[in-house]
Amino acid sequence: MAAGAETLKRTPLYDRHVAAGARLVPFAGWEMPVQYTGIREEHVAVRTGVGVFDVSHMGEVETTGPDAEAFLQRVLSNDVSRIARDGAQYSVMCRENGGVIDDLFTYRHGDGFLTVTNAANHERDLLWMRRQARGYDVTVHDRLHEYAMIAVQGPEARGLVAGLADGELPKRFRTARLSIAGAPGTLVCGTGYTGEDGVELLIAPGYAVTIWDALVEAGATPAGLGARDTLRLEVCFHLYGNDLTEDRGPIEAGLGWCCKEETGFIGSEAVRAARDEGTDEKLVPFVLTGPGIARQGNPVVGGGEVTSGTLSPCLGIGIGMAYVPAGKAEPGTPIEIDVRGKARSAEVRDKPLYSKEN
Amino acid sequence: MADASYPDDLKYHPEHDWARIEGDVATFGITWYAQDQLGEVVFVDPPEVGKTISKDEPYAEIESVKAVSDVVAPLSGEIVEVNEALGDSPESINEDPYGTGWLVKVRLTEPSEVDELLDREAYEGNLT
Repeated sequence: MAAGAETLKRTPLYDRHVAAGARLVPFAGWEMPVQYTGIREEHVAVRTGVGVFDVSHMGEVETTGPDAEAFLQRVLSNDVSRIARDGAQYSVMCRENGGVIDDLFTYRHGDGFLTVTNAANHERDLLWMRRQARGYDVTVHDRLHEYAMIAVQGPEARGLVAGLADGELPKRFRTARLSIAGAPGTLVCGTGYTGEDGVELLIAPGYAVTIWDALVEAGATPAGLGARDTLRLEVCFHLYGNDLTEDRGPIEAGLGWCCKEETGFIGSEAVRAARDEGTDEKLVPFVLTGPGIARQGNPVVGGGEVTSGTLSPCLGIGIGMAYVPAGKAEPGTPIEIDVRGKARSAEVRDKPLYSKEN
Repeated sequence: MADASYPDDLKYHPEHDWARIEGDVATFGITWYAQDQLGEVVFVDPPEVGKTISKDEPYAEIESVKAVSDVVAPLSGEIVEVNEALGDSPESINEDPYGTGWLVKVRLTEPSEVDELLDREAYEGNLT
């Protein structure tokens, strides 16, 4: 808690979190709800019903201009030309050496593109994008303060949001501009970070409270960043700062699927080399086969490190992701994790660690 | 989860532990405040019976979904019993921190240390 409380940013929903009795914590410079009633309860609500998350700390960057697509093709790893009108696409942004600057969703949006950044990386992403924009006829706009963001997730999420919308919700990885709970022009995106069906809403900040209240009134359970983390880890979605850093490339992180080297993106040569030659380590999901919970920073015995670890509320066991030597990356490989001096038995698994069919 | 409470018959350590002293044996646990700060307890890594522990030093680990926390010994002694039931129901620490959520029983080696602990009033005063 290095930053003083007075310097933390607050989302438009801050008063709602306080009124709901949320525990607020500093997160990437924001004062955010980590939990309301309890992480497990909120987690289960999202897996079985519908949860609503304030993710307004996420940043937005809009890219406009005649060269917008060509520019994004250069800075993002995926094939931006394949984003459909009203489509969405996941990619990473790399340095020349392939190190990952951020992982991001990009939406084609009218004549431009809207890219959602991780809160902790937003300023750095903007700086990087603006630096790379020289020579392109584009404008890179900081839209952080123009959007609040609410994620509605769970098997009942779409039904609940549909009841508040004036039109049909977008399908998965599509977007639509709809009026939600009377808030016009809300950008509804068929995306999420929980492994459940649902939508993410990009909202003019002045309407955030209206939409939040309508969602909660309709039965959505407020869920905090704690549940967001356990939900994403059960389905092995990366968290920047844990599983992804500038010291890691997308291939070792298991994100080769969103890298299209033939587009010539910044870092593509390093990524191609890593893909062709292999990497020393690979990011793998694991479960603990005995007692205990591994945490970020715990060493893997024989080399490697846990980058995310928690107790899985759905599985009831310790789970996580770790970089391990490539020779130990096969699912089923037994590994040992040094959890504060105790060797805990674990096993490499396939992703996702949790699915409805289990 | 139980409401905030701090029983009168316990002694308190400023690191949010309690001790129930019965002769030369004391039962240790964590306070309502500690379990509330921690959130839902999901795993307890207890020490072994026979181990010697020292006042103000960590002797066990408690994990919530999000984080792991050391538990500090309020008094010095030798562990004579561990609450094995917490293995199956660590949530007892949230539900009943002064009852079924107890952690260990300890034979005290420095009984005079009890004088350094806080009574309910002093401990509660520290919280505000």
